Amino acid sequence: MTTALVPLLLIGVLTSTGVYLLLERNLTRMLLGLLLIGNAINLLVLTVGGPSGNPPIHGRASAGHTTDADPLVQGMILTAIVITMGVAAFVLALAYRAYRLTTAEEVTDDPEDTRVSQQTEDEADEDVLRPEPQPAEDEPAELDALPLS
Amino acid sequence: MNVASALTPLPVLIPVGGAAATMFAGRHPRLQQVITLVALTGLVAVCATLIYETDRHGTIAVLVGGWGQEVPGLGPLGIALVVDRLSALMMIVSSIVLLAVVLYAIGQGIRDGDERQPVSIFLPTYLVLAAGVCDAFVAGDLFNLFVGFEVLLAASFVLLTIGASADRVRAGIAYVMVSVLSSLIFLFGIALVYASTGTLNMAELATRLDHVAPGTRSALFAVLLVAFGIKAAVFPLSTWLPDSYPTAPAPITAVFAGLLTKVGVYAIIRAHSLLFPAGGLDNVLLVAALLTMLIGVLGAIAQSDIKRLLSFTLVSHIGYMVFGIALASRPGMSGAIYYVAHHIIVQTTLFLVAGLIERQAGASTLRRLGGLATASPLLAMLFLVPALNLGGIPPFSGFLGKVALLQAGAHNGSVLAWVLIGGGVTTSLLTLYVVTRVYSKAFWRPRADAPEGALAAATPAVLLDDADDVTFIEREDVGRMPVGMLVPTMALIAAGLTLTVMAGPIFSYADRAAAEILDRQQYISAVER
Repeated sequence: MTTALVPLLLIGVLTSTGVYLLLERNLTRMLLGLLLIGNAINLLVLTVGGPSGNPPIHGRASAGHTTDADPLVQGMILTAIVITMGVAAFVLALAYRAYRLTTAEEVTDDPEDTRVSQQTEDEADEDVLRPEPQPAEDEPAELDALPLS
Repeated sequence: MNVASALTPLPVLIPVGGAAATMFAGRHPRLQQVITLVALTGLVAVCATLIYETDRHGTIAVLVGGWGQEVPGLGPLGIALVVDRLSALMMIVSSIVLLAVVLYAIGQGIRDGDERQPVSIFLPTYLVLAAGVCDAFVAGDLFNLFVGFEVLLAASFVLLTIGASADRVRAGIAYVMVSVLSSLIFLFGIALVYASTGTLNMAELATRLDHVAPGTRSALFAVLLVAFGIKAAVFPLSTWLPDSYPTAPAPITAVFAGLLTKVGVYAIIRAHSLLFPAGGLDNVLLVAALLTMLIGVLGAIAQSDIKRLLSFTLVSHIGYMVFGIALASRPGMSGAIYYVAHHIIVQTTLFLVAGLIERQAGASTLRRLGGLATASPLLAMLFLVPALNLGGIPPFSGFLGKVALLQAGAHNGSVLAWVLIGGGVTTSLLTLYVVTRVYSKAFWRPRADAPEGALAAATPAVLLDDADDVTFIEREDVGRMPVGMLVPTMALIAAGLTLTVMAGPIFSYADRAAAEILDRQQYISAVER
């Protein structure tokens, strides 16, 4: 099986850019990274389906092709695109919510993780409290209540 | 078409239909609850019929879509749904857990007030999650498995961030990102598998992958293993789990802990036994299993929050199942299958009990808990039985499962297997240490001795975590434990004890299931009649 070089290069560039963006802490960039990787993989699925050909419908042909195109890869890509779109919409809602709650969309460390990693041996034995960092005064409290049923 | 093959699509269709119906009934909480209970009871009944049918008459395969059977040179057309003994067992255990947890959640909502809670999205999403879990178990097609994963993940995103408080959004973002990345890796693996074989039907793949070069085969297996490893929380791909699960409400954490990682384990079993029986990565899996067991339980020792501590033991015990799978022998596989069933039930029970503790005592951290044994001896018993079961005290099912796995390791006899036996025994001991530490601190020590014992959450949290801290004395009386929460918890404890009492029949069933999946011809010939 021979494959064109250009799609493969494109897949490589999209994936590496996506990984770079995914390693950021900013949620919008992480989402863009995920979308880029998703598109790269969709392109890969299309590429592995083989070269273009006749439409896979009985009795239809397009000029210059002797074989049928693979319809399965397109079905799979369609499914993957729909799933990615749904997840992207959810992540955007989550990002907006995070922004409303903290006026930033940076992903912070887990507070309990930080507490456990900073405790000394004695504290681990005795579960001694250490003062928790106080939130800033101007932090908005519950800005908007969710619509509840 | 006989009864069994007509039933096969139902484990997916019933929850999806129930989800649609509950969406329409969004303004009538009681009607929603009735629909959910009917749907999940029906699911249990269908799964019970399926396990009986598969055990009597062998693997059931259905090609959805009415495309007819195999086309020469192309393999089977249509989407294959396959139920063998393994998937039937996974589905019956999962459906029982799903029913018990939703009863618990409804019971808590009725008692503690669900009028302020976002219940109108909770039940539909929960049913979609059930559909995704069942779809992953019946999938006879790699892409359908992917879709099943996506359905359950999308539902779990909503459930994990329910109420969208700051904590849950923070945990949810990390969870969503890791899950979506693992799905993309899975899709990447699917593309590579399709490139090298030209099919995604698992039975057809099993035949065709034998003709792929061993190096390529190992590479394909490795890509899929990374994707499944993230979902199953196998070290070093497990760090997302303890950060994200504990922030969700207790029933949601319970069902996640019981089912979601086990779907990943199930996918590993399928890939390992059916698609890549000579994948050449068994030693890698064994080392990963050892590190998962030890690092998970060492993480649990450092925790003071009960839900986080249980999340770490969850990760740790995934290692036992991976150990059994990686041995690639019939005793190892049957031990792993029994252990999966045991672990789904016991881990869910413990999270439900943690929810009861949180409700009664107003805290789930050991820094605040104390004196629960005198306050509620019943609660102490409810915690102690599954905790000892998890820790592997004879005669409970945890002990039997671990013994089976250790025997399978000794049967294998390699140096690495003996190292894993040592690691498994150590992990078991450390798990026991962890749960007894919880017991002695939360139940035996007076609350006054707890460093933060004077504080408690003002009201029991149902689905939102919006309760403020008050002093323990000022906390309003929450009364006795609601019957609606107690009964499902006790039912799951009873199910765990059934695994112990009925260990003989269940083990021989697990053994038959292991023999069936190791002999791939049964699966292949069922699909390609």
